[in-house]
Amino acid sequence: MEKTKELQQVEEKFQTFQILDEQGKIVNEDAMPELSDEQLKEMMTRMVYTRIWDQRAISLNRQGRLGFYAPVAGQEASMIGSQFALDKKDWILPGYRDIPQIYYHGLPLHQAFLWSRGHFQGGQIPEGVRVMMPQIIIGAQITQTAGTAMGLKKDGEQQVAVTYTGDGGASQGDFYEGMNFAGAYNLPAVFIVQNNRFAISVPVEKQSAAATIAQKAVAAGIHGEQVDGMDILAVYAATKEARDRGIEGNGPSLLEFMTYRYGPHTMAGDDPTRYRTSEEDDEWEKKDPLVRFRKFLEEKNLWTEEEEEKIVEQAKEDIKASIKDADAAPKQKVTDLIDITYADAMPETLQEQRSEFEEKESK
Amino acid sequence: MAQMTMIQAITDGMRSELKNDEKVLVYGEDVGLNGGVFRATDGLQKEFGEERVFDTPLAESAIGGLAHGLSLTGYRSVMELQFFGFVFEAFDSIAGQMARLHHRSGGVYNAPVTIRSPFGGGVKTPEMHADSLEGLMAQTPGLKVVIPSTPYDAKGLLISAIRENDPVVFLEHMKLYRSFREEVPEEDYSIPLGKADIKREGSDITLIAYGAMVHTCLKAAEQLEKEDISAEVIDLRTVSPLDVETIITSVEKTNRAVMVQEAQKQAGIASNVVAEINDRAILSLEAPVGRVTAADTVFPFAAAEDTWLPNEKDVAAKAKEIINF
Repeated sequence: MEKTKELQQVEEKFQTFQILDEQGKIVNEDAMPELSDEQLKEMMTRMVYTRIWDQRAISLNRQGRLGFYAPVAGQEASMIGSQFALDKKDWILPGYRDIPQIYYHGLPLHQAFLWSRGHFQGGQIPEGVRVMMPQIIIGAQITQTAGTAMGLKKDGEQQVAVTYTGDGGASQGDFYEGMNFAGAYNLPAVFIVQNNRFAISVPVEKQSAAATIAQKAVAAGIHGEQVDGMDILAVYAATKEARDRGIEGNGPSLLEFMTYRYGPHTMAGDDPTRYRTSEEDDEWEKKDPLVRFRKFLEEKNLWTEEEEEKIVEQAKEDIKASIKDADAAPKQKVTDLIDITYADAMPETLQEQRSEFEEKESK
Repeated sequence: MAQMTMIQAITDGMRSELKNDEKVLVYGEDVGLNGGVFRATDGLQKEFGEERVFDTPLAESAIGGLAHGLSLTGYRSVMELQFFGFVFEAFDSIAGQMARLHHRSGGVYNAPVTIRSPFGGGVKTPEMHADSLEGLMAQTPGLKVVIPSTPYDAKGLLISAIRENDPVVFLEHMKLYRSFREEVPEEDYSIPLGKADIKREGSDITLIAYGAMVHTCLKAAEQLEKEDISAEVIDLRTVSPLDVETIITSVEKTNRAVMVQEAQKQAGIASNVVAEINDRAILSLEAPVGRVTAADTVFPFAAAEDTWLPNEKDVAAKAKEIINF
C-alpha cells in the first residue's frame, strides 16, 4: 500500500517519546520528570517486585495453586510507571493483565490471587480503593472509563479515570466509542494502550494498517502520544502530563506504550514459539525496563545488588504469605453466589432456590 | 389527579425522580433539547439543566458504558435506548456488565441504572424498531425487566425502577404511548417491581399477558363475556422476576390458563410462565396451559403487521379451545 502524503504527515506526528535509552542514559533531559531519589528507588523496587511476582505466579499456576494468569514480565515500566503518576483517588479500570496497577493502587495481593483462582472475594475491592476488578471483555473498560470520568467531573473532583487495554483491544468498537465519548464531553480520562505487538498470536500489523495506535486519538479529536513503554521515566512523564491535562479541563488523552511480554499470552496453554521468533524475543530482551533503569540508578549510586536481593526475598515472602491468606478463604457456596446477585431484595423465585441450596449445603 | 397518556406519565415519573434525587441523570440520543423522539423527556432539560438531562453521541454500547462508569461514582442513571431493536449494540454493556456488576464485585459495586426503551408493533415502524426482545433480558441474572401497560402503572413502576439499586430494563410499548388517557396522581408514588396486577376479575379462565397484549386480552375477555365465559386478566407488569404467587392463585381459582405475548413463540417469556404453572399448580389444571404468541419468524415487514401480530380473536379462540379441552 503506497502511503499518501496526508497519511505520511499524520504518522510523522506520532514519534516515540523516550527519556531513557537502552543503556540507561538520559536522551531527553528536558522531559525528565521531577522525581526524588526515594521515588526513583521506589519505582525500581516495584518493578523488581513485580518481576518476581510474575515468575512466582507462573510457577504457582503450573502447580495448580493459581488459576487464570496473564503474564506481565516485560511490561513493568508500562504498568508501574503509569500507576506511579496517579493519585490514590484517581480511578483505575484495568484489563485482565493489569493486576500490578490495581495492586499498587490498594488491592491486597491475596485478593489478586483469589481473583486468579475464581473466588468472589477476589473482586471485593476494599472501601476507598478506587479500582475495578480486571475486565475480561476487551474494550468494555474503555466506555466505562468515560462514565467514571464524567462522574468525577460532575463531582468537581480533581481526579482522573485511567484505563488500560492492549494493541488488539484498539480494534474494538468500544475502544473508539469510549475515547469519542470522553472527547465529546471533555472528560478527565486517560486511555492507555499497552502495545506488546501481539494479541495472543496475531501481530499488531494484522490489527490495523495504521502505523501507530496513538494516531487513533485523531478519530476522537483528542491528544494522542506514542511512548517507549520499556522506559519507566517516559511512561511516568507521559501519564503525569495526561493526568494534568485531564484535571485542568483539557480533555482525555490516548497513550500508546510500546512494550513486550516476555511470557505467553496467558497460562492457559498459549505457546509463543508458534508465532514469535527467538530473534524478536532477543531484541526485546535488550530493551528490558529493569536492566536500563538499574543502570540509570547505579550510575547515580542509588541502587545496589544487596538492595535488589532484599526486594526479591521480600517479594517471595509476601507471595507465600498471600497464597496462605488466599488458601484460608472459605469455599464458595451456591448460597453465597445467590446472595451477591442483587443489591436489593432477591426475587422470590431466587429465594426459593436459596432455600433449596441451603438445605443441600446443610447435609 | 390528571388525565395522562402513558408517555406523559413516563415524563412525570422521570421529573419526579430528577426532583427527588440530585444523583439522577437522564440521557440518551436526542433526549435533551429535543425532548426525545417520542417526547418522553419533553421539557426535562429546560427544567433541570444540561448537567442532569443531556444528549449523547450516537453509540448505544457507550451509553451503557457511561451508565456503568457513572455508577462507580454514585450516580443513578436513566439511560434511553431509542428503540429496543438497537439493544444488540448495547448487549455487553447491559447483560455482560451492569447485570453482573454487583455479583462480580462480591456485593461491593452496583449499577442503579434504568434502561428505558420503546418497542412493540402495530404502528408500522421500519426494521428493528418494534421487536419484542424482553426474553433476552429476562434470561439474564442480575436484571429486572418491567413492561407497563397503563399510564398509572408506567409512572409508579418507573419511579420504582429508578430507585432500584439493580439495573432495570424498562420497556415502553409504542402503541400504548398515546392510545388512551387515564387518571394519574400528580404526586410521586411507586408500584413494587415483581408484582402483577389483576386487570379484570374472572372465574373460568386466566389470561396472562403484558404490554399491549394486556389490552388485547381485555378485549378478548369482553367477547368471551358475551358467550358467558368469565376471564380473569393478569397483567404481569414485571416479566422478570415473575410474580408467581398472583399467577398461581388465579390459576388455582379458574383451573385454566392462557399465556399471551406479542413476541414469537420461541421468544418472550411465555414458556417460563407455563413452566411455573406446570411446576406449581398442575393438580389444579383442567387443561394444558395455552399459549398465544406470534409466529417464529423475524418481526414482519410493516405492511404485514396486522396479519402477524396476535389479536383478540386469537386470544378468544385459544381460550375457548382450552375451555373445551
